[in-house]
Amino acid sequence: MNDIPLLPIIGDAEIALLEKLSNANAVSGDEGEVRAIVLEQVRPLVDEVKVDALGNVLAVRKARQPGALRVMLAAHMDEIGFMLTSDGEDGLFSFALVGGIDERILPGKPVKVGKDHVPGVIGAKPIHLQEEGEDERSIPVDSLKIDLGPGGENKAKKGDRATFATTFQRVGPSLIGKALDNRLGVATIIELLRHAPDSIELIGAFTVQEEIGLRGARVAAYAINPDLAIAIDSTPAYDLPLWDGSENTVYNTRLGAGPAIYLTDSSTLSDPRIIQHLVRSAEAEGIPYQFRQPGGGGTDAGAIHKQRAGIPSVSVSVPGRYAHTPALVVRLEDWQNTLRLLHSALRRLTPDVLAEPRP
Amino acid sequence: MKSLIQKLVESIGPSGYEGATREIVRAEIAGLGDEQHIDALGNLIVRKGHKAANGLRIMLSAHMDEIGIIATHIDENGFVRFTTIGGVRPHTCFGGRVQFVNGVRGVIGGERLESQDKVHTFEQMYIDVGASSRADCPVKVGDMAGFERPFLDLGNRLVAKSMDDRISVAVLIEALRQFPANSPHEVYFVFSTQEEVGLRGATTAAYAIDPDLGISVDVTATGDMPKGPKMEVGLGKGAAIKVRDGGMLSDPRLVRFLVNTAEQHNIPYQLEILEGGTTDARVIQITRAGVPAGCISIPCRYIHSPSEMVDYGDVQNVVRLLTATLSGPITLE
Repeated sequence: MNDIPLLPIIGDAEIALLEKLSNANAVSGDEGEVRAIVLEQVRPLVDEVKVDALGNVLAVRKARQPGALRVMLAAHMDEIGFMLTSDGEDGLFSFALVGGIDERILPGKPVKVGKDHVPGVIGAKPIHLQEEGEDERSIPVDSLKIDLGPGGENKAKKGDRATFATTFQRVGPSLIGKALDNRLGVATIIELLRHAPDSIELIGAFTVQEEIGLRGARVAAYAINPDLAIAIDSTPAYDLPLWDGSENTVYNTRLGAGPAIYLTDSSTLSDPRIIQHLVRSAEAEGIPYQFRQPGGGGTDAGAIHKQRAGIPSVSVSVPGRYAHTPALVVRLEDWQNTLRLLHSALRRLTPDVLAEPRP
Repeated sequence: MKSLIQKLVESIGPSGYEGATREIVRAEIAGLGDEQHIDALGNLIVRKGHKAANGLRIMLSAHMDEIGIIATHIDENGFVRFTTIGGVRPHTCFGGRVQFVNGVRGVIGGERLESQDKVHTFEQMYIDVGASSRADCPVKVGDMAGFERPFLDLGNRLVAKSMDDRISVAVLIEALRQFPANSPHEVYFVFSTQEEVGLRGATTAAYAIDPDLGISVDVTATGDMPKGPKMEVGLGKGAAIKVRDGGMLSDPRLVRFLVNTAEQHNIPYQLEILEGGTTDARVIQITRAGVPAGCISIPCRYIHSPSEMVDYGDVQNVVRLLTATLSGPITLE
């Protein structure tokens, strides 16, 4: 007997886990803090778990019946951030960007540095002291410093990572966090492992170094060599009205419209058979979904589908506004529906889905 | 061979949706191979022959996919906004026609330009499929299309929207038909997918086949047009044996072998040095522990436009060179 419901419902406990994950620091290449949370969570849920050479967590929940498909779910643990590049004389550290960050948003932002989350600020010249026209130029990252205050040089060292200091918040229907890209995916896979269907082997791959080039997923997929893979991530929603009132035709995704199924991005042409399976699953259970607009960008699926002799792959993302800034804003209902869609699709998955060749 | 070429080049098969083209290939090669399968990425892989003591396992690759577009948004008046699949250039689009994989046809229009000297950006263009509202538009977000243009036979010169790389698909089919009975090689004819978006099909096919030698067949640019690029490749001068391109240095031993083979069989050839672009051979070469690889190219004018032109004699010479290559032992020295 157990009291685990068949359908994963997001309640206070699940949100508390997401909060813990989002507030943890795991800039690419330094994912240990999130990895520790993931390991603690998944150990009781799975049959095997290991950490590979690059730091990916690979957690296997075996099928309880024969002839089952082996399904890889990938979500990256790492986040964008900064790396200190100087010795921090007088507590002022030079830094480099890790992952895709718009340098125009940096000045004046609070940050957390290193394993101890030492608070700091990215310095900015006050507007009072600026010369005319100075505010029209963006400040190159080379001339910015992270200020840890007096004695700061003893609190951090060259090579330490830093993140934006945003603390997770639940605000009405929304969730706000610094690293919901992609702790949402991490939390989603944990819930799917907790509620894993018996009919498939589920391999949760909590990957590293996605933000700097899908590096962890590549070796994870090679090692796992699954029958199919789903990358679970966060994708931008730019669904704001245009300034001139004309129709916004380039929004990528929309908040509140459900999980975003990828058709194509720069790195993957999603397998149409799995897209169809997701759509059929959503429609059978009345789960809202949207197609992410075809375009640029990429997820772990870009690395996964090209491993070995090829792996049918797709991505499903939770839409979020203001990606790769200090505050990603998502709707709780979109996360809930993402979890419902994936759970439904996994429960309904049989080898028939891949019986015919890709069209 | 021209009717086969026409069938292949007129089919619609943008990257990731090569099924229609693959069905034509499957029908053409029925009974010719010893074994065939379609892999996870949609590659059609056909094995022919057995590896003798002096033979090799060889992967030949020609990609089935073509450049195209994909719908990103249907606006309230039924116009289809789109983005590109592969290396489409905006100046080849306005006024052109497309055919979606689901059969819907449309024309490419563009917003009013401030100056006649400007070229529409992709964001300023749309596809008009004859709909007048979002509700009656037969295209959905994510639907893919290829460019539509009938095959043109100018005698020695052939023109189509997808010579890149259906002409090489035709070459591989012809080489399979003419497969030398005395070949010592186990040859995998790979009709690959997703080349135009990053050589993806050949990547997984090469891993699976684990060949001793790889040769891609693809089109290459030429320098023989008015004020054309400086490039010593021209139409009608024979099969182009690639020395290098933007992504690969051909194995020099293979280049030498192909040159010697062409000379022994009196097959016209030219050496190719291409500054940009690359082919499936790039990923074959760096698969697993590395594979000697190269490429035999078919010179082609106006690549990635709706009117790509090749020389029929060059096409036949590429078939002859491939067939001659497969007919005996291959020594890489």
